[in-house]
Amino acid sequence: MSLHASQIPPGFTRIASHEDSEEFFLNVGPQHPSTHGVLRLVLRLDGETVREVVPHMGYIHRGIEKMGEKQSFIQYIHLTDRMDYICSHMNNLGVCLAIEKAMDIGVPERGEYIRVIVNELQRIQSHLLFWSAFGGDLGALSAFLYGFKVREVITDIFDEMCGARLTMNFFRPGGSAHDVSASVFARIADFLPELDRAMAEFDRLVSGNAIILRRSKGIGVLSPANALAYGCTGPVLRGSGIAYDVRRARPYSIYDRFDFAVPTATEGDCYARYAVRMEEMRQSSRIIKQALKELPDGPHRSKEKPLYKLPAGTYYSEVETAKGVFGTFITSDGTPKPYRIHNRTPNFCNLSVFNELCVGHKIADVIAILATLDVVIPDIDR
Amino acid sequence: MTTLFSIHLATAATAPVTPLFLLKGFLGVVAIVLIGTTTLIWMERKVSARIQARLGPTRVGWHGVLQPVADMIKLALKEIITPRGADRFVFYLAPFLPITASCLMVAIIPFDFHIQVTDLNLGVLFLIGISGIGVFGVLMAGWASNNKYSLLGALRSGAQMISYEISFGLNMLLIVMLSGTASLREIVLSQQGTVADWWIIKAPVLGVAGFILYLISTTAELNRGPFDIAEAEQEITAGFHTEYSGMAFALFFMAEFVNMMIASFVGSILYLGGFLAPQFGWAPLDAALDLAPGWLWLGLKALFCIYLYMLLRWTFPRPRIDQLLALEWKVLLPINFTTLLAAALLIYGGLL
Repeated sequence: MSLHASQIPPGFTRIASHEDSEEFFLNVGPQHPSTHGVLRLVLRLDGETVREVVPHMGYIHRGIEKMGEKQSFIQYIHLTDRMDYICSHMNNLGVCLAIEKAMDIGVPERGEYIRVIVNELQRIQSHLLFWSAFGGDLGALSAFLYGFKVREVITDIFDEMCGARLTMNFFRPGGSAHDVSASVFARIADFLPELDRAMAEFDRLVSGNAIILRRSKGIGVLSPANALAYGCTGPVLRGSGIAYDVRRARPYSIYDRFDFAVPTATEGDCYARYAVRMEEMRQSSRIIKQALKELPDGPHRSKEKPLYKLPAGTYYSEVETAKGVFGTFITSDGTPKPYRIHNRTPNFCNLSVFNELCVGHKIADVIAILATLDVVIPDIDR
Repeated sequence: MTTLFSIHLATAATAPVTPLFLLKGFLGVVAIVLIGTTTLIWMERKVSARIQARLGPTRVGWHGVLQPVADMIKLALKEIITPRGADRFVFYLAPFLPITASCLMVAIIPFDFHIQVTDLNLGVLFLIGISGIGVFGVLMAGWASNNKYSLLGALRSGAQMISYEISFGLNMLLIVMLSGTASLREIVLSQQGTVADWWIIKAPVLGVAGFILYLISTTAELNRGPFDIAEAEQEITAGFHTEYSGMAFALFFMAEFVNMMIASFVGSILYLGGFLAPQFGWAPLDAALDLAPGWLWLGLKALFCIYLYMLLRWTFPRPRIDQLLALEWKVLLPINFTTLLAAALLIYGGLL
């Protein structure tokens, strides 16, 4: 099949791997049931077999970083909600940490504990969403609803805590916007045993299912070398056997006080990434239990400043979100607004390895691989 | 029992073909199709909802029983959109083939001793032949839509249906061998007696194995989940009917439900004694059970099969296309041949 140059979609280096091939291009997205938003993929296919994948992004680009230059540092926090909207607390924390580092703001004990509890709860919520979507993408539609039923509890807790269910805008430099009431902590404590029961059910329903195992084991193998070369982080990196977690490698907040494991798997395939996330939920639950036990009384936030003016210079902070390393890089010229602000978002790097994982697999595997990379598109486009 | 090759090729005794007979037959089939699809659409919504810890439709009528009617009205009012570059003739012809094939198959289902449009002496062969027409509809829809998703779905569906038709056919052949007849009515009558005379129990191990194989191969044949790779929403949006809207889509949708209904009827006829009331060898109970009409028993048995299909669909993830075909050619086909061979040996040895 010969194609005119104008018929070749952008991003492809070759149109066919051999002379008499009958390869064709298939456009997937931006409106497609399993691209988890507005991701567009163009596949070069030989029958059902994938030869090359080119992801296209930019369908939800809002220019968040440019908008940040026109707003004060505090106003920028709520914009990070709109990046990875599943991990909004963790994104907020990333920005707050950079500001605290620049202005040397301390955080009271209670504020730190609130941060850890809320962050870990959101990590569980994000992985629950992953579990639901993974089941749904492999055709187990009922799994989707089972996951969301549990996730809803966490969303309701956040609703009571800060009035928002998705875009939290809760953390501030020096602590959080307001204190967390005892009833919220009670609900969190009640939720943890419920999570354990749900996890046991998830394992019964999906983890050991023969079809799930055949659809995910040996599919989309990411080698440790590739994972490092492409800058993959989070469960995608740990699924390939590299135990790098910012919470452990360079602890921020008070993560150095808690006893938790950094789960890894060596296979690097879809199932390894799935298993790592399942174990991370259990570890997050452990952290929350410890934090709830030690939770001190006192102020939730250090004294608020009338104006957050960062001294001229560059500042960088890193947090481990549910998806990977979320970095905030601020260049300040001493004014109340950032001169330039940039976020290193985990999903961008995690998606970049997509083509490497998909080549040689079938169309259905592309969906499974995309699900286990667990990408959130607004985080890629920003 | 009758011998292996006692299939009579003479025409079975049926009612004389008069215009009135044709009209009655036509109306009967249409009534069964309409009642069946509306019931099944409602049941599928409710069963899936219960599995997923939801309530399902509750607003339209008592427990949402009128929901299928509302669905149909909605679909009937929708515009049928023809994609640019579509082969219009084939595009509009395609939806009629599966539903026609399904209606034809209803005509040979025996609902009671004397409720059947026509009894073909090669009814099983007729079923296999007519179910092939449905595949044409799917292939034509996929090709005529001028859409790569549709084409992929149609190709998948073709590969899948043709593969599983072999299992389906061999599976029916097992019962044909056991009962010594290919007429559906005669197959039911060969199971007269108690529950132990139904083929699922009467043929030791073979009956249960055959029934399970029947469920698996028909699930694939019906393009239903978990083997719905031809319309795998997560991969190829809606497969072969991606470009269909309104009543054109509704016809595909209805055909799917009618096919499921027929598969359940045939499954009950082959393995569960069809319209025969279950008899347990205790006279008072047997007499009471026998009071209910045969069509009710067939309906209940079919509902049981339908419930199994729905459980399968809503609890299992979807295998990949190559895994699905490997399952057929490497697992189901050898097992089917083994059951046939075992049945032949049993019959030869005079055990059945």
